[in-house]
Amino acid sequence: MEKWYLMTIVVLIGLTVRWTVSLNSYSGAGKPPMFGDYEAQRHWQEITFNLPVKQWYFNSSDNNLQYWGLDYPPLTAYHSLLCAYVAKFINSDWIALHTSRGFESQAHKLFMRTTVLIADLLIYIPAVVLYCCCLKDISTKKKIANALCILLYPGLILIDYGHFQNIYNSVSLGFALWGVLGVSCDWDLLGSLAFCLAINYKQMELYHSLPFFCFLLGKCFKKGLKGKGFVLLVKLACTVVASFVLCWLPFFTEREQILQVLRRLFPVDRGLFEDKVANIWCSFNVFLKIRDILPRHIQLIMSFCFTFLSLLPACIKLILQPSSKGFKFTLVSCALSFFLFSFQVHEKSILLVSLPVCLVLSEIPFMSTWFLLVSTFSLLPLLLKDELLMPSIVTTMAFFIACVTSFSIFEKTSEEELQLKSFSISVRKYLPCFTFLSRMIQYLFLISVITMVLLTLMTVTLDPPQKLPDLFSVLVCFVSCLNFLFFLVYFNIIIMWDSKSGRNQKKIT
Amino acid sequence: MAALTIAAGTGNWFSALALGVTLLKCLLIPTYHSTDFEVHRNWLAITHSLPISQWYYEATSEWTLDYPPFFAWFEYILSHVAKYFDQEMLNVRNLNYSSSRTLLFQRFSVIFMDVLFVYAVHECCKCIDGKKVGKELTEKPKFILSVLLLWNFGLLIVDHIHFQYNGFLFGLMLLSIARLFQKRHMEGAFLFAVLLHFKHIYLYVAPAYGVYLLRSYCFTANKPDGSIRWNSFSFVRVISLGLVVFLVSALSLGPFLALNQLPQVFSRLFPFKRGLCHAYWAPNFWALYNALDKVLSVIGLKLKFLDPNNIPKASMTSGLVQQFQHTVLPSVTPLATLICTLIAILPSIFCLWFKPQGPRGFLRCLTLCALSSFMFGWHVHEKAILLAILPMSLLSVQKAGDASIFLILTTTGHYSLFPLLFTAPELPIKILLMLLFTIYSISSLKTLFRKEKPLFNWMETFYLLGLGPLEVCCEFVFPFTSWKVKYPFLPLLLTSVYCAVGITYAWFKLYVSVLIDPPVGKTKKQ
Repeated sequence: MEKWYLMTIVVLIGLTVRWTVSLNSYSGAGKPPMFGDYEAQRHWQEITFNLPVKQWYFNSSDNNLQYWGLDYPPLTAYHSLLCAYVAKFINSDWIALHTSRGFESQAHKLFMRTTVLIADLLIYIPAVVLYCCCLKDISTKKKIANALCILLYPGLILIDYGHFQNIYNSVSLGFALWGVLGVSCDWDLLGSLAFCLAINYKQMELYHSLPFFCFLLGKCFKKGLKGKGFVLLVKLACTVVASFVLCWLPFFTEREQILQVLRRLFPVDRGLFEDKVANIWCSFNVFLKIRDILPRHIQLIMSFCFTFLSLLPACIKLILQPSSKGFKFTLVSCALSFFLFSFQVHEKSILLVSLPVCLVLSEIPFMSTWFLLVSTFSLLPLLLKDELLMPSIVTTMAFFIACVTSFSIFEKTSEEELQLKSFSISVRKYLPCFTFLSRMIQYLFLISVITMVLLTLMTVTLDPPQKLPDLFSVLVCFVSCLNFLFFLVYFNIIIMWDSKSGRNQKKIT
Repeated sequence: MAALTIAAGTGNWFSALALGVTLLKCLLIPTYHSTDFEVHRNWLAITHSLPISQWYYEATSEWTLDYPPFFAWFEYILSHVAKYFDQEMLNVRNLNYSSSRTLLFQRFSVIFMDVLFVYAVHECCKCIDGKKVGKELTEKPKFILSVLLLWNFGLLIVDHIHFQYNGFLFGLMLLSIARLFQKRHMEGAFLFAVLLHFKHIYLYVAPAYGVYLLRSYCFTANKPDGSIRWNSFSFVRVISLGLVVFLVSALSLGPFLALNQLPQVFSRLFPFKRGLCHAYWAPNFWALYNALDKVLSVIGLKLKFLDPNNIPKASMTSGLVQQFQHTVLPSVTPLATLICTLIAILPSIFCLWFKPQGPRGFLRCLTLCALSSFMFGWHVHEKAILLAILPMSLLSVQKAGDASIFLILTTTGHYSLFPLLFTAPELPIKILLMLLFTIYSISSLKTLFRKEKPLFNWMETFYLLGLGPLEVCCEFVFPFTSWKVKYPFLPLLLTSVYCAVGITYAWFKLYVSVLIDPPVGKTKKQ
């Protein structure tokens, strides 16, 4: 690639933005007794370094699970252990058992920020660059622009480098991205290995697991289950089992160990949702307090049913017609279904939807940009709590400008470029006057952006009425949720009408 | 937001570049800021709360007002906005006051004033003749030039991290250069006169302006061989130029003349009491001179030529103290530096007079003036290298030879700014930004001139690559060695000497290319 230098520049810009954002404050800075996610990460280093593996997930006098107990899979714990060794080398006070609780200093902040940057640099950024280089059918310049936009996506930067997520998103998303890259380039085994690592790093990656499963299964079916397909299936199964066994090896000593880890990973008793999340349950809560009316297990079943039903069509479609384009869109719609309907969702989980949306940025630039803006907006209450208003606004604007200039998104709103051509053709069979789709979407975009800007302004400048202290954050969640629902419908339409157009084109040619 | 959409939506790459860098500047707000932040806060307070007669006498803070009057007026205007942010910062006695609102106001004032710089860059890009317009946008000289200027590493770290108001001052300078390119000489002269009364460091390049305007504007015609035609002298033009300069100066200095304070103002503007070199040696001729002195004294001590008792103690910690006493070589006086500077500037001035090459010749002379005064000036600050780098950017996109000199000059010059930022959180920023700018400038100029001979020979490549190991040694290895306590000045000394070599080389090469360049455009303006 003769334009390698531009790619280097893009990566450097991404890194610079990341580091400058990391100069801002983090979650729970100077807020005893619980502090925030930053302290959680530090605490895990303390736990994993000082306690034997067997005690990591168990409550004990040295390991109070109520105080940021470890609730992520083993890989996270190993990563913490690794960081702890480095911390020990620099300053052992940072990870001293008990006494280091709530430790904060400028040097320690620098250390923690650096661990994020290094993890990002090793896993997420190479994956993004490689992914953009492997994109087909677009010019080198477009590939570079695409990489710039993905690297500038503000949600991930703000959560990892500003808020300081208690688990490095860039690592889990990076592994997932390696998985996508592997699977769509036909290195299926490597892809599934990377994805298993992602799941073992953060259990939320299960949001992405169904599309992976369906896509690989579909591939096997396509090759014929009796011949090559079966071999591939066995190979894949072995890879997955082997990687899981490797990750969980220290916990296989006792059955109780595994069960305890699983209990920590899936805390069913924490309720349908916590805080303010832009999903259905939280938004619906404004009208009807489901959490108080229905018993816990009904809530669980209900959320499961909704999630399952909403992602079923896309998954079936993917098994029947596996294609790497369909795979990416199914990733989006599945993750979005999980985010909207599933049990115990965090507001930060929207990043799991944003990652696959970033991957289709070059295909549907207008809609992807819109979605990514909304997803960042949905994090607003969290970011305001961490005093990250300034970097949020700046990075969002930078991302928007990058998208607008590199894809000229406002000129790409025709039905064809929204990938809605075949859908509107089939609707027009019954409703001949259905010609306003593209314009309607433009207006919706305008309305959505204006509401977001206004709500942001109101949240920042106005004090909420005393009776409703959460008014603005609820509004933010509600508006984002409406947007997300719209996107869920949109992505499902694309998936369902996708191959029809493909077949039509084949007929024509 | 709407304006943003419109500006960016037209696919206008220039506004995207400008907005992008502005956003980056906003992200730099929470970074470290130097004492210059307090300097400017103090000036805000002085101009806001004291009458004009006190401005140049006030000395509560050690950071007294030492910029010309226009800058004081500029601070005065700013202070009337500042009072809506935080009244407390306008109190003269509130030393080292930096509330978060003060920080926001000061940082934003710099970012906002850079609008002028952006406009000036826009005008400069118009002056570049796009002969070699490629198909790709990223290969157009205009695009490259605007990145080189807007995203200039030096300006970013000096203005938006270290804290100063260079952006709009350089904006004025570039704008006046652009006006000269556009043959709007009076405007150019006016802008430069205004600039001089904002910050007098620009006096260094005044000879280039004076000679160029006299030669190419006041003499309206040349002989066929390019030499001067004496009878074409236009009195009207000289008088109008003089009038412009006089009026601007009167506006600036008049009030102080009326108050009978001119001597005081000038004593503040030109403090010759400071040492030959700044606290950290700017990478110029004197850095090499000092280093040579050091080496000689060490050798002398080893070989017993020198008596250890006669050597002043302070010289061992040099690089950190203001006064530097030479042990072997003769000490340098301000007058000597002045003479050296004048001698260094003269050939380029002669060149401008006898071989006029239009605005491009002027620009090269201006760069040489800036660079020569940087090389030999008294108490030169390392930031002054920007005075040469920014005008040189204009030259670099037009000729391969200039591009190679430019790259050596910028890379070493920018690297020499590294000691300005010595705090740990800013270390990644400066390295990333430096890489960003250096990789871009080298690669894009290489692409632009790919049909001509390579930009660097092996020696230059080797030298530039050496900056990497130097940085690693100074910032990553040295702090862990035992020398850190014994020779704390060593990294600074190494940096400044290493960079001084590169800058001297660039200066020399540019001089040679200017002197041997055959006069072009002999038949112009017949």
